[in-house]
Amino acid sequence: MNYITFTLTALIGLGCLAAASHADTKLEQPQATADTSTMITPPVSQDSVVTLGALELTAPFARATLPNQPVAGGFLTITNTGDSDDTLVAVRSDAASRMEVHEMAMDGDVMKMRELEQGLPIPAGETVILKPGGFHIMFMDLAGPMAEGDSTEVTLVFANAGEVTLTMPIVARDGAGPGGHADHDTEGE
Amino acid sequence: MTSTRKVALATAGGLAVLVLLAAGWFLVLEPRLNPSLADTLGHGDYSLVATDGSTFTEDTLTGTPSAVFFGFAHCPEVCPTTLGDVAEWQAILAEDSEQLRVFFVTVDPERDTPEMLGDYVSWVPGVTGVSGSRSEIDKAIRAFRVYAQKVPLKDGGYTMDHSAYVLLFDRRGRFEQAITYQEDFDRAMGKIRQLITG
Repeated sequence: MNYITFTLTALIGLGCLAAASHADTKLEQPQATADTSTMITPPVSQDSVVTLGALELTAPFARATLPNQPVAGGFLTITNTGDSDDTLVAVRSDAASRMEVHEMAMDGDVMKMRELEQGLPIPAGETVILKPGGFHIMFMDLAGPMAEGDSTEVTLVFANAGEVTLTMPIVARDGAGPGGHADHDTEGE
Repeated sequence: MTSTRKVALATAGGLAVLVLLAAGWFLVLEPRLNPSLADTLGHGDYSLVATDGSTFTEDTLTGTPSAVFFGFAHCPEVCPTTLGDVAEWQAILAEDSEQLRVFFVTVDPERDTPEMLGDYVSWVPGVTGVSGSRSEIDKAIRAFRVYAQKVPLKDGGYTMDHSAYVLLFDRRGRFEQAITYQEDFDRAMGKIRQLITG
């Protein structure tokens, strides 16, 4: 009797071990590591400030497009120095027949982009940064390629402050050559 | 033998049978019925059109190590950035006269024809664009277990949500590991070197 009990216990133990080791050896799916700390902000002159009412607009830039890339992202920093909230509701430019304000976000390893249908809120006293990997102005149906060194006029329309046109310089893509990755490492946000 | 003992014995016997079945299932049958991700990822009966005029199938992955990325040309951020990363990797590899074979597979074949995709990737050494019919692209999306979802925009048109990692396959066509979006440069290079020398 004892022998049978011993054998059964041993078998059960073996079975559990087998199941456990199996679980350990299962391959993992590609890991989800949405590391937003390395998002890039290219060096852009911060000198010029465009003021519209209580809003201060600085550091506008767009990225040069790839061959046949029909869209582009535009970026800038908007500071609301006033006491009341505002909203970026529309954007226009001759460079694109259609423009929208978007939010990009990484959901695990999946890139998701959403149009901000209610516009981009610019709360009183706060600074909102449109930057690669986050909020951006989307140029769609581009009239032509956007080349590094060029610039484009962009009109921003706010719910309260009204509209203003500023010049958005077109900068090189990051990572266009060796050494460009240094920018990723030094970026600390 | 008391009846209590009989019940205990029967229970133990039943358990033993269950354990044997479980062990057999986990150790022998299940691994065969359900091979690991490394063996199956990228395998399927898709047949796509590469921008160099060749046909892209699961057999394309064998022979030479390769990297596969799913994206689309109407992609404002992730795809150009990833192609920029690839250009950097290639520049470093070129110092050792090496090059990584990279496939940029569109998740938006309706807009990304092989012709336009060819120009789109042309500026990065070693990158071949891959397009095809919607149904064949969908097969590939399933085979590589990537996520791709069409998202309508308010005033018409659409954008795509999609997986943003680069999948690395060894020379036997087995999935090795992934490079995640904006992964640390040196870590990504380490993975690529391991792939090429491995």
